[in-house]
Amino acid sequence: MLPALIPAIPFFSACILMLWWKRINHTAVTVIACGSIALSSLVALIVAATVAGHDRLPLVQHVWQWLQVPGFTAGIDFRMDALSVVFTLVITIVGLLIHVYATGYMQEDEDYGRFFACMNLFVGSMLVLVMADNLLLLYLGWEGVGLCSYLLIGFWYKDPANGYAARKAFIVTRVGDTAMAIALFMLYQYTGTLNIPEILQQVGGLWTRGDGVITLIALLLLGGAVGKSAQLPLQTWLPDAMAGPTPVSALIHAATMVTAGVYLIARMHSVFELAPAAQTTTAVIGAATLVIAGFSALVQTDIKRVLAYSTISQIGYMFLALGCGAWSAAIFHFVTHAFFKALLFMGAGAVIVALHHEQDMFKMGGLRKLLPGVFWVFLIGSASLTAIPFVTAGFYSKDQIIWLSWSAAGGHTGYWLAGLLGALLTGMYTFRMVFLVFYGEVKTKVHRIPGSVMMMPLYILAFLSTVAGFIELPHTLGHVTLFSNWLQPVLPAVEILHESLAMEWLSQLISAVLALGGIWLAWCWVIQKPRGMTEFLSMPGQLWLQGFWRRGWDMDALYDALMVKPFVYLSDINSKDLIDKIYTGLAQLMEWCHNMMARTQSGVLRWYIMGVVLGAVAVLSVLIWRLYEV
Amino acid sequence: MNIHPTTAGLLLAGILFVLGLISVLIRRNIIFMLLSVEIMLNAAGLAFVVAASHWGQPDGQVMFMFILAMAAAEVSVGLALILQLYHQLRTLDSDEASRMKG
Repeated sequence: MLPALIPAIPFFSACILMLWWKRINHTAVTVIACGSIALSSLVALIVAATVAGHDRLPLVQHVWQWLQVPGFTAGIDFRMDALSVVFTLVITIVGLLIHVYATGYMQEDEDYGRFFACMNLFVGSMLVLVMADNLLLLYLGWEGVGLCSYLLIGFWYKDPANGYAARKAFIVTRVGDTAMAIALFMLYQYTGTLNIPEILQQVGGLWTRGDGVITLIALLLLGGAVGKSAQLPLQTWLPDAMAGPTPVSALIHAATMVTAGVYLIARMHSVFELAPAAQTTTAVIGAATLVIAGFSALVQTDIKRVLAYSTISQIGYMFLALGCGAWSAAIFHFVTHAFFKALLFMGAGAVIVALHHEQDMFKMGGLRKLLPGVFWVFLIGSASLTAIPFVTAGFYSKDQIIWLSWSAAGGHTGYWLAGLLGALLTGMYTFRMVFLVFYGEVKTKVHRIPGSVMMMPLYILAFLSTVAGFIELPHTLGHVTLFSNWLQPVLPAVEILHESLAMEWLSQLISAVLALGGIWLAWCWVIQKPRGMTEFLSMPGQLWLQGFWRRGWDMDALYDALMVKPFVYLSDINSKDLIDKIYTGLAQLMEWCHNMMARTQSGVLRWYIMGVVLGAVAVLSVLIWRLYEV
Repeated sequence: MNIHPTTAGLLLAGILFVLGLISVLIRRNIIFMLLSVEIMLNAAGLAFVVAASHWGQPDGQVMFMFILAMAAAEVSVGLALILQLYHQLRTLDSDEASRMKG
């Protein structure tokens, strides 16, 4: 019964909170909300140990039959294999830390219980998504995650802007979901099942490599992944999703929602391996997204938006790895990213709370001395995001991707260059943020020092985002492959074309230099302000470019012009509703007939008799005519 | 001219019926309309009797009995209605009683 308990506990507590959060007190809400996730992570650990103990054989549990029609069955079946164990552990443990932190962050919110009900539901849906044994159940979790993101992004619903952001997130991801639904229909049509292992087994026999149908299916799946993971061209919802409370952002970015796309592609890797075109598309999307989002992150003023663009960029790295066939590298980066991005978001949340909900980085500054605890953990998170060599988890996971994007069978020099450019940009935007917030002169008074409830999860995450890298070391540095070995039964090993220690050293050296160079540039830009930098910043067109990047490469304006405006225009034309005219006409005709019939009811007896007589004459005439004619 | 008695009887019935019908249609006095309806009923009854004698069957005469009984009932109800109408409207003109418009 164990695997099913993992999502069942958060769902159960979400139900309790939804029904009774107004009647139970603050402490009870805290205990139920955090306790359920803690319990769930405990069960997840036990299940993980069981899977590890059984030589990583998957643990499958049939809970009940959900749908059964001739030719199609779908059950509530959970499957714990190496891949879903990794995701489940990250979701529950990082989710637990975020929950604990949120009890401090949301302390004074009047809708405290509603918040935790949605958070528990979010974690539960994500767990269903990663544990599902068939694609229909996965889709249930997939849509559940979408619903919860809507509820939580629009949590402070009294501000219309938040409601707008929530709707945007919901609708934009829905575009991808539609593509994914079509992919599921096609998979069912060809394989006759939605069971994931069966599909993965069958696809090899049904299609040859590069077949049109499988390519289309892979591209449609990619469409779903792109929507949920906020990749080009559907990334526009994520920066706006910052409207929700900060723990929500941490949850969306670190443990749930945006990683769903990475999971989906990794899960369906057999499909993607048969479709080289779709794999190339994945890699290109990843490479393009990581660069574009990096530039956007460079010029943001809102601290949370920097982190949002940074997430888009880091997920871009994961997509790049997936596109190159480096499946386990993508999952490895997901794990380390979950740690340091949750850390960064919650650190930013601590800063925001301390400054009385100030999110503009240009109004912060000098917080290094005022909030030393937050400063240190934030610095550790930033170092991990920037991939400072040797000591941070981000270094090991990101450099693996950068190296494999060139050396793997699906790799390309272009990907490698994009990855390196991304490394430079990451260093720049991350430390621009650090310098703006924690260095320089103090601009805002500190209002509230975050308590230990908020700081404990940060310390744990800071520890994790440092040591998590040591489970997978590159060839050049000891060659430990604990993580990829663990994933071996589910995800095939990456095919390496260019095996060369010297090249690997070179790649790591370049990316390390670029990351450190990014930090140096940020230092010049924000703190030192040398003449060359000020001159560079006053170049013509530079302001426009900054604005362009800040607006996310004007993707919103593009969609506005391409989709929203024409739609509004068409609906304006059709405001009187063409189709409705037909039905209105029909109703009017009927009304006219009614009036005519009512007119015959004159109340004059003799007209009635006349009517009866004329009718009788008509009937008799017809009768007689038929009698004699035929 | 030699007309078959049945044909003659039916012709008479037809003529009577049409006369009754026309007077129902053109009369405005409601008592005359009632009388005309009686004439039409009797014309129908005559046709039944003629047909009965033509086929040597008693059914037509039985039917005539029914018609008589019905006519009596109809007259009693009809006269009651006419009295009420006169009470209400102080006239016997049927066109005046047009309040039951659609």
